[in-house]
Amino acid sequence: MTELHVSVAGQPVVLRLEGVSKVYSGTVAVKHADFEVRSGAVNVLVGENGAGKSTLVKMIAGVEQPTLGRILLDGDPVHFKDTADAMAHGIGMVFQELNLFGNLSVAENIFANREIMRRGRIDHAEQERQAGTLLDRLQTAVDPRAKVEDLMIGQQQLVEIAKAVARDARILIMDEPTSALSAPEVEVLFRVIADLKAKGVAIVYISHRLEELVRIGDHITVLRDGRVTGNQQMKDVDVHWIVHQMIGSDAKDFATPGDHGFGGEALRADDICLPRITGGYAVDHVSLTVRAGEIVGVYGLMGAGRSEFLECVMGRHPLASGRLFVEGKPVRERDIGGRIARGLALIPEDRQRDGLVPILSVAENLTMASLRKLTRGFHIQARAEADEVRREIKELSIKVTNPRLPVSSLSGGNQQKVVIGKALLTSPKVLLMDEPSRGIDIGAKADVFRIMRGLAAQGLGIVFVTSDLDEVLALSDRIAVMSNGRLTALLDRADATEAKIVAASSIGHGPNRTSEQRKVLQ
Amino acid sequence: MSAAAQPLAGGSLTLNLMRLRTFIALFAVVLFFSFVAPNFLSAANLVLMSKHVALNAFLAIGMTFVIITGGIDLSVGSMVGLCGMVAGGLILHGIDLRFGYTLFFNIPEIILITLALGILIGLINGLLITRLNVAPFIATLGTLYVARGTALLLSDGATFPNLEGNPAFGTTGYAFLGAGTILHLPMSIWILIVVALVAAYIARSTPLGRHIFAVGGNERAAALSGIRVNRVKLFVYMFSGFCAAIVGLIISSELMAAHPATGETFELNAIAAAVLGGTSMSGGRGTIGGTIIGAFVIGILSDGLVMMGVSSFWQMVIKGVVIIAAVVVDQAQRKLQQRVALQQIAQLA
Repeated sequence: MTELHVSVAGQPVVLRLEGVSKVYSGTVAVKHADFEVRSGAVNVLVGENGAGKSTLVKMIAGVEQPTLGRILLDGDPVHFKDTADAMAHGIGMVFQELNLFGNLSVAENIFANREIMRRGRIDHAEQERQAGTLLDRLQTAVDPRAKVEDLMIGQQQLVEIAKAVARDARILIMDEPTSALSAPEVEVLFRVIADLKAKGVAIVYISHRLEELVRIGDHITVLRDGRVTGNQQMKDVDVHWIVHQMIGSDAKDFATPGDHGFGGEALRADDICLPRITGGYAVDHVSLTVRAGEIVGVYGLMGAGRSEFLECVMGRHPLASGRLFVEGKPVRERDIGGRIARGLALIPEDRQRDGLVPILSVAENLTMASLRKLTRGFHIQARAEADEVRREIKELSIKVTNPRLPVSSLSGGNQQKVVIGKALLTSPKVLLMDEPSRGIDIGAKADVFRIMRGLAAQGLGIVFVTSDLDEVLALSDRIAVMSNGRLTALLDRADATEAKIVAASSIGHGPNRTSEQRKVLQ
Repeated sequence: MSAAAQPLAGGSLTLNLMRLRTFIALFAVVLFFSFVAPNFLSAANLVLMSKHVALNAFLAIGMTFVIITGGIDLSVGSMVGLCGMVAGGLILHGIDLRFGYTLFFNIPEIILITLALGILIGLINGLLITRLNVAPFIATLGTLYVARGTALLLSDGATFPNLEGNPAFGTTGYAFLGAGTILHLPMSIWILIVVALVAAYIARSTPLGRHIFAVGGNERAAALSGIRVNRVKLFVYMFSGFCAAIVGLIISSELMAAHPATGETFELNAIAAAVLGGTSMSGGRGTIGGTIIGAFVIGILSDGLVMMGVSSFWQMVIKGVVIIAAVVVDQAQRKLQQRVALQQIAQLA
């Protein structure tokens, strides 16, 4: 089987993952995956958010160790105990979240932990010279002596790439390397990749941008829910095949939409703008209306401005502009507290960072945003508070033995329900949910979807952000697609198709894609 | 009872002992000194010690709120000195209005002015921290120096002696704060009881108290829940300033003199009491009751050692060891608690 692959592909397999699984505290991120990396080729890895791509490559790079299965390098089983170990075996990685020291110079970052020494001291001049050569190859005008924190995010990403290239890896993993690059910078990166390929380096490439993958990939492996669902040579496949393998046909457990009609306008956001510090707009003149009882799904890639849009509506960004109306009445309050009082509530994307106070109890977290309602004079009515807490725990079926336990002792799904409960206790008219199903297991996901359906049936307007195509198609009454800060499509449930949504989500990401996108959209 | 449940039960016994560690420490120091120092348990000594403890307890209560929000207030000791000097100056010299006129206030007015001054310095601390984004350590370090310097400037470094006041100006009667008693208990103890009860009430039963904990536990989540984080922070620094002003008034009244160096290093004792009482320096955790017990442990420890005739150098060493030991036990409790919780989850699963 393998010999056949080699002869067909013409490129030798340098690294192989056999039946690899990875389990994190209760959730299975990768299930019995087989994956081959060929030298002198771009090995593309694709899948939806949470499909297990990053986990898979982290095992190759030594960041994580497989729970089951084995890794073969040149046919010999290997076990990387950390990244340094993997690096010693010639494996380098460009991380999705940049791993740079902002307070150090570009050259110091590129040579971090393998400094060029001369007479017991770091040879800064030599480091800067070599860094300069590398950066020239990436055709970027970054000064090797500049501090990394002073660079724009795209330039930082190029430094991260330079750092990985500088290590002369045989296998170079790139996890979403283009997410912050401009179109010309992407072209340069592709040229560098072609160079490396010619030198026999094996590239593992992860990206959400399908056109990009089709252009530079030689082999493609598709992951879905931690399993490998497709493995082909790129020349044999097209975007439709990729999307089909990514999404599959087996429906996930979504609550079915109810038959209730929609009420009047719950929220109207008009011309919402949020300027970016580096220029341009993070949210670019977005207008959106939600009716009572309606669920509007906002789909888009990372960095499309979806979270920022919700945050603007919630009043988190003082620099945001635009007009807001709740039930037709203008919202003049600019602070979060005022907007909560007007009936807006946000379920933030990162519940650990923005949603919960981990040290406080489940009960204290639940009532945190609605204490005013429970207070007479200066006094929190203990009994009223306990009643509300009990009611919310029951209604959302939060699994907790005692509401006075710290919220950090709950599972991810139950923590998410606490965040939802906190928002619901403020009696909102509109619920803004940012990736409400992220990082929770399948059962809890189904619960969350059921809760969303139930709330809509009770007359709440819901706007939710997701990167999951299934989710947006199954849950939304209407679908808004954002790309590059702009609203690029607004589709009714009946008209929405995967192809239309995917196409609209990459508008404005490259110079030579618009014609094809237009074709798909028609 | 199954065998598997045994380690769990054992774990919770140790855990409960650890939770009660400040009580146990208090009990231990009282027991120890009542054996080695013969007069230790006499009524006179207990009242005297309470008066010492009270001074630190006021500052520690204010400090506890500040630390729960994740901040620190280094300026309280200097505020004690400055507030005492302002009160003393107002009693002795009034305010010079030029042209031969001097304005004198009566004692209740002087007390209110001094309290307002403490609150004002706290407000300045709070504004530096919230509006100008100065780190709490630095902002209050700055006001520490400014307040101390101002206290010294007021009298050119000299003491304001004999705060008896002048009946002609209505400035007499300052002594009642420091020397007055109700039901044989000194005034300062009564004031402490009131302040402690109010503070404990705020912490436990008011939205403000809940917000203080939320801000310290996760400032971003608190802000996104509509909590006005800056107002909460302003409150805790103003309350800390208020507590410092009380201490400045009581000390100058007890001595019937105001000295500009009064209160040096008081902030450290206040932090120590809060930490001993289980307040977490990383924010989000602490109780007023714990802090007061912590203040008693520190106060009794130093007074008892004095009665035993232990040198002040050794006293400092012992105090330092006790504080570190308290935090070490605190960390051990946290770890054990987490392990017990995980065991429980594993057994339920």
